[in-house]
Amino acid sequence: MPEFRPRIVAFVCNWCTYAGADLTGTSRMKYSPQVSIIRFPCTGRIDFMLLLKAFANGADGIIVSGCHPNDCHYSSGNFHARRRWIVFRALLDFLGIDVRRIQFSWVSAAEGAKWARLVNETAERIHGLGPFTDYHRLRGMGVE
Amino acid sequence: MTLARIGVFVCHCGENISATVDCAKVAAEAAKLPGVAHSVDYKYMCSDPGQQLIQSAIREKGLTGVVVAACSPRMHEPTFRRACAEAGLNPFLCEMANIREHCSWVHEKGEATTAKALDIVRTLVAKVKKGKPLQPIQVPVTKTALVLGGGIAGIQASLDIANAGHRVILVEKEPSIGGHMAQLSETFPTLDCSQCILTPRMVEVAQHPNITLYSYSELEGLEGFIGNFKARIRRKARGLDETLCTGCGLCTQKCPTRRIPSEFDAGLGLRPAIYVPFPQAVPNKPVIDRDHCTYFLKGKCRLCEKVCPTQAIRFDQEDEIVEAEVGAVVLATGFDIKHGDFFPEYGYGRFQDVIDGLQFERLASASGPTLGEIRRPSDGKVPETVVFVACAGSRDPAKGIEYCSKICCMYTAKHAMLYKHKVHQGKPFVFYMDIRAGGKMYEEFVRRAMEEDGVQYVRGRVSRIYERGGKLVVKGADTLLGARPLEIEADLVVLATAAVANAGAEDLAQKLHVSYDAHAFFAEAHPKLRPVETNTAGIFLAGACQAPKDIPDSVSQASGAAAKVAALFSRSELVREPLVAVVDRQAPPVYSSCVGCFLCQGACPYQAIEKEEIRNRDGGLIKTVAKVNPGLCQGCGTCVALCRTKSIDIQGYSHEQVYAEVLALLNRGEGDA
Repeated sequence: MPEFRPRIVAFVCNWCTYAGADLTGTSRMKYSPQVSIIRFPCTGRIDFMLLLKAFANGADGIIVSGCHPNDCHYSSGNFHARRRWIVFRALLDFLGIDVRRIQFSWVSAAEGAKWARLVNETAERIHGLGPFTDYHRLRGMGVE
Repeated sequence: MTLARIGVFVCHCGENISATVDCAKVAAEAAKLPGVAHSVDYKYMCSDPGQQLIQSAIREKGLTGVVVAACSPRMHEPTFRRACAEAGLNPFLCEMANIREHCSWVHEKGEATTAKALDIVRTLVAKVKKGKPLQPIQVPVTKTALVLGGGIAGIQASLDIANAGHRVILVEKEPSIGGHMAQLSETFPTLDCSQCILTPRMVEVAQHPNITLYSYSELEGLEGFIGNFKARIRRKARGLDETLCTGCGLCTQKCPTRRIPSEFDAGLGLRPAIYVPFPQAVPNKPVIDRDHCTYFLKGKCRLCEKVCPTQAIRFDQEDEIVEAEVGAVVLATGFDIKHGDFFPEYGYGRFQDVIDGLQFERLASASGPTLGEIRRPSDGKVPETVVFVACAGSRDPAKGIEYCSKICCMYTAKHAMLYKHKVHQGKPFVFYMDIRAGGKMYEEFVRRAMEEDGVQYVRGRVSRIYERGGKLVVKGADTLLGARPLEIEADLVVLATAAVANAGAEDLAQKLHVSYDAHAFFAEAHPKLRPVETNTAGIFLAGACQAPKDIPDSVSQASGAAAKVAALFSRSELVREPLVAVVDRQAPPVYSSCVGCFLCQGACPYQAIEKEEIRNRDGGLIKTVAKVNPGLCQGCGTCVALCRTKSIDIQGYSHEQVYAEVLALLNRGEGDA
């Protein structure tokens, strides 16, 4: 059996976490290459249906990260994301998704080290949970 | 629809990318992606030949989109978009795949890293394929700057902007401008008098026709965006009519409540309840301290009102809110020093004769409570031995402040010198960790303290300070003599306490939406290349609110920020990225898929969503739908995620684009979906 390499998609905001991840790079801190970033203007822009679509298309884990509460570049987008996450989280059990597969966090533009730590911890946890296959069968059933 | 012809340009960034990513392989693999018509790698894409490579490919291969796989878009997106625009491609059809900060720099060399770089490229190719040509939005610029903070940084920035011919509103929360610099006795490395060089600038601010000064005022809120901010400023009630007050000072002389610790004298002197913080204050108009004024506490007195020759006193005055339209903001709110029980081991706050650096400045100042004589606070005696403790709190992870406060080495040397100049037989000691005297004439200045003025420097930290027989025993160690324990009996101890952000810095940052670091210092847009800008366009930084700084550095940064503001104000219109939301519009009979629930309107932080009534030829209402005002929309996209009918989308981050990105990242082609 080939070694399991989790696919983790990170949905991040442009102003805090994307810049924080840039700082991780500028500081040459190392982290797991299993995470790739998709940039959004704000976590408030993230439609949580996209998370399901990512799972349906082969993601094993997801990170959603933006500015800390009160620090949103657009005042309140991260609060909308947080509210959406609270509602969405309650649905995960019904959807058959282990809540540990989604990491919701705040990483500021100054927290390069936190981003590296967050990625590594998430990658390790997803590795422990194993591949997420339940949703692949949903492809072609309307979820995508 | 024309078929996509995407160009992929993979940059080596010297060795920054190519050391861990096989760039040639990324380019070769990218060439196989559907829709990619051209794919090459090159050593430096951002160089002139690199940009020309992109431009000639656009022209010769008829590219419909460009992906530059290189550094962060925060670094070079404008560079490449401009290059594309010059070659005739809409700049918003150029995207950057960040394979440096997010890949080559953070992973080890190997297949997984190259594979991830290709993942990122594929993701951005998918995004560009779904991209649309966009036209930049022109917005007017209000050529007035708002400067927050009237210390030396704010003063310098205000004067520079005003002298460039633009209007400035300077807001200072204290009754007078001047900031910490006005409190200082002399300044390193020249020992010239601080007030002598500062007060002419303060007067210049007050008299400048382009500067409106709001002292004793604070920012309530700021809305809008670069070029078009709306500021709300609270002018706190001074308790007098400023237009009538002549600053004669009779009220401050007659006020019966006189034993209030003076903030300006760092608590070492006293002031009345109606007061001007210091004699050269600008504006020279008093303030009634309502927390201490007898009239406000007990309902009678009003002595100041009786003696005022111009009847300027107004006990019933209330705070006033002023609104102002400004195009740029300069943050120059300065710093504070660590007070209170932060140093229990040093007895700071417990022993009267353990003081901080600002208090020593007031003791040494000719305008201070002792008129410049060094007398200790407890009994007014001239101290025979003074111990200066550098790095009190700074560079101390155990105390939560790992950074160097930068100014203390120099001002401690200055304090020791001033003491020696005033008390010739006195014995000054300095405990230090390292001496950081980088700066023009700085090292020479410290050497002068040691060699000419005989200040004893002891390398080591102080563990404890306690009282014994009327003396303060300073226990430390001399690490240059094998950590030999050392006890010095001192009459006065001066702690160079850590420079920290102002108490309100975090609140202010949140009001302005600027980033700040773990210590609440405001964050610059780039630590090296954009040191005076914040990540929020149109808001600039000056002075110690960004990080601890001395006067020359604060002044340079202030002039830098002013130059940025002047450049912004050099045009009457500026171009904004059109990354804004749009509501679906289509042909009759549907008109729009918007059902008019207006959830978006409540969520929009910028009041950018308006109601539009769609009417038939006879004027009959067909439906009311949402419409985005592109001048107000900032492009956060909160409305997009909220919309139940997916009728609102955001340009540059559209549904189609982000969905294509997710699929591409997970290596699902469009056909697969």
